[in-house]
Amino acid sequence: MAYTEEELKKELETKEYEYGFYTDIESDTLPVGLNEEIIIAISKKKEEPDWMTAWRLEAFKHWKEMEEPDWANVHYKKPDFQAISYYSAPNKKPKYNSLDEVDPELLETFKKLGISVDEQKKLAGVAVDIVMDSVSVATTFKKTLAEKGIIFCSISEAIKEHPELVKKYIGTVVPQRDNFYAALNSAVFSDGSFCYIPKGVRCPMELSTYFRINQAGTGQFERTLVIADEGSYVSYLEGCTAPSRDENQLHAAVVELIALDDAEIKYSTVQNWFPGDKEGKGGVFNFVTKRGLCEKNAKISWTQVETGSAVTWKYPSCVLKGDNSIGEFYSIAVTNNFQQADTGTKMVHLGKNTRSTIISKGISAGKSQNSYRGLVQVNSRAENARNFSQCDSLLMGNECGAHTFPYIEAKNKSAQIEHEATTSKIGEDQIFYCNQRGIDTEKAIALIVNGFSKEVLNKLPMEFAVEAQKLLEISLEGSVG
Amino acid sequence: MDLKDKLISSFMAFESNVDIEHPVHDVRTEAMKNFEMKGFPSKKEEAWKYTSLKNLQKVDFSIFPKEENALEYKQVKKYFLHEVDTYKIVFIDGIYSSYLSETTHDGVDICLMSSALTKPMYKPVVDVYFNKVASKDESLTTLNTAFSREGAYIYIPKNKMPKKPVEIIHFATGNEASLMLQPRNLIIAEENSELQVIERHQSLTSNEVLTNSVTEIFAADSAIVDYYKIQNDSENASLIDNTYIDQKGKSNVSVHTFSFGGKLIRNNLNFYQNGEHIESTMKGVTILGNKQHVDHHTLVHHIEPNCESHQDYKGIYGENATGVFNGKIIVDKIAQKTNAFQQNNNILVSDKATINTKPQLEIFADDVKCSHGCTIGQLDEDALFYLQSRGIPQKEARALLMYAFANNVLESVRIPEVKARINKLIAKKLGVSLGFDL
Repeated sequence: MAYTEEELKKELETKEYEYGFYTDIESDTLPVGLNEEIIIAISKKKEEPDWMTAWRLEAFKHWKEMEEPDWANVHYKKPDFQAISYYSAPNKKPKYNSLDEVDPELLETFKKLGISVDEQKKLAGVAVDIVMDSVSVATTFKKTLAEKGIIFCSISEAIKEHPELVKKYIGTVVPQRDNFYAALNSAVFSDGSFCYIPKGVRCPMELSTYFRINQAGTGQFERTLVIADEGSYVSYLEGCTAPSRDENQLHAAVVELIALDDAEIKYSTVQNWFPGDKEGKGGVFNFVTKRGLCEKNAKISWTQVETGSAVTWKYPSCVLKGDNSIGEFYSIAVTNNFQQADTGTKMVHLGKNTRSTIISKGISAGKSQNSYRGLVQVNSRAENARNFSQCDSLLMGNECGAHTFPYIEAKNKSAQIEHEATTSKIGEDQIFYCNQRGIDTEKAIALIVNGFSKEVLNKLPMEFAVEAQKLLEISLEGSVG
Repeated sequence: MDLKDKLISSFMAFESNVDIEHPVHDVRTEAMKNFEMKGFPSKKEEAWKYTSLKNLQKVDFSIFPKEENALEYKQVKKYFLHEVDTYKIVFIDGIYSSYLSETTHDGVDICLMSSALTKPMYKPVVDVYFNKVASKDESLTTLNTAFSREGAYIYIPKNKMPKKPVEIIHFATGNEASLMLQPRNLIIAEENSELQVIERHQSLTSNEVLTNSVTEIFAADSAIVDYYKIQNDSENASLIDNTYIDQKGKSNVSVHTFSFGGKLIRNNLNFYQNGEHIESTMKGVTILGNKQHVDHHTLVHHIEPNCESHQDYKGIYGENATGVFNGKIIVDKIAQKTNAFQQNNNILVSDKATINTKPQLEIFADDVKCSHGCTIGQLDEDALFYLQSRGIPQKEARALLMYAFANNVLESVRIPEVKARINKLIAKKLGVSLGFDL
């Protein structure tokens, strides 16, 4: 029973119906639509304390008054928020019974990325044996972390187990009324991750949602809260290089990072959600609010590799509140076919001697549109603030677009701000040079693209960087015309 | 009554003074409809995010000056570029002053918009060009179109070049407590012609003035147009300048904007490149103090392949001044081999000064070279120290460095007298005598 291209296409075409006419009501799925009762029901299902329910309801109240933003340089059919089921149990029935049923194209990609068979099964949604290596790995990790006093768990667990921390920090960086999608997320978030690093602790390993396999499938409204207490360090990985054919069309996640005095958080994301097919049908809408707050001498570094999603709307930001704090943003955004990405960052300098660096690389191919939108703001009290921004765009083919919208606002005379942007294409002479040395055009392009993105790829944790590099190649496959 | 209502009701009074049978009047009524619908832009609009017109709308401007006012040449000589002979089109409180002006019909037409809009001999030209490149959508431009009656009209036929540069000067005498002016200029340079224009708005008192000006420039194949805007107005004069430029193949248009004074200045500079091998240059020096506000909005639309555009804006902001730069480059899908450069450098000299800048690129073609750079910084302390150690007082040393900072923009000024004048203005603005003729 091979899963053919035709069938996949058909499935994609009929996909939208799944939400509107989802009849198979399991006990753990709430009816479609959004109102106060649904929110109370979500909160109840998760056995949350009253303050959390009240918090969600407050967010819902704000959301109702808000309008969906349309300033971004992306065009899509607005989702119908009343046609979505806001809660479904994470343990769904496996989609397939064995790997043979999975789309061979997907398997080919897995192979290229070098993903183990067990993981392949997991990612493609194939039923897996109950005893799996990674589960025990995860448990071992948990033990090591617990010894250091690091809390790393799902946010619903944290709400129950560590209410004082959650209550103190949730919504402090991204308030409920921050924007339309953040408000929606605050009202209905299904699950997410919570991480707390105690004072002076250096987290011994890269924390990743990837390891929390038994808690995967956190749904479309993910909420992440990372708190690094004074003098601590953590490197956090989100997402996964493997293409995940998520069935949710709308993703509105919120990530809040809090770096207290002298702390450092490094947050890396690789996003490779279903971008829609070659005709631009289907695909995930990814509307994410990510923001970090830096106290004195703290540092937050965002690194992202964005290759998936039909529409991306994402601005990981840093609020440099404390003196001498540092914000960094390294990004590669690749768009192919009909993908649209409007992404960038905000660096808000409030404290003295604050520094920020922005390196953004956009690669557009096919008929895609890729925009960088950024804000560098230096407030009047931010003495000696320093910013360096660089946004480079690479265009492949003459049907795509690259756009830059940098906003720079300086209110202090001692601010030093530099912004540079270039747009170019891969030179014919560069490709000719490679061809001449026996490298075929496709490989040559991959080589040049990797060189172009190197500054950002270097910032990723090791294994991730290797995978991300391969991912870039795969995303741009077939874009050479 | 707020300004919008006042303008709407004034339009009826305006209609009784113009020929409403003339086809131009249909353009006016159409434009008025658009303004009625849109009103003044608010800060909610992306293009007006950093510039508020709220306070200006509270002022009770007179739309039509009540009486004519004469000026003696002696009184205003210093505002003219008197070192060199020029054609002059002078307006006093919006009314043409034939006494101060020097127009010509000798081979080229350097005269008045009012005659172009009414006399039958100009009709063929007006039909082809009037309101053809100006926006029919942007509220302030349409407001100007609705009230368009007077301004400069320049027509340079094929292969011609006027003997001397043209100066367009608008004086506000302060006869009215507050005055709103809406000059409308139409400039046409036919194939292979050449033209130099210097434009200036000057208020002679501290009374409130608001100028909402629209200039349309058409440069045909291989035409060269050099346009200099000198904005050094009094503390209560505000200027909204909308310039629309339509360029054809191989033409070369450059606009230099020198903003040294005024309460609020908004420059909307729009280039449309409708041909190949076009060159467009936009340069500006802004030196501001007090509570002055300058907003430079530029747009270059690369529609055809093989064109170039250069932008270079330098700003020095002191005291409570605010500067805005928003440069937009659009490269269409077919505009391959475009070279577009944009540079915006700023120095903040005071703690209360603000600069907001947004250099923006929208690119749909792949074989292009586009870059933009933007910096905000201070004077180099080491350079300052070096100069001081050689006996140059701090104030002069600072001025020298600032002058050097602005100098690239001046290099491309092609009229030496304009360059000398700008140098003097910069020295004056920086409060020093630089001791050499810059």
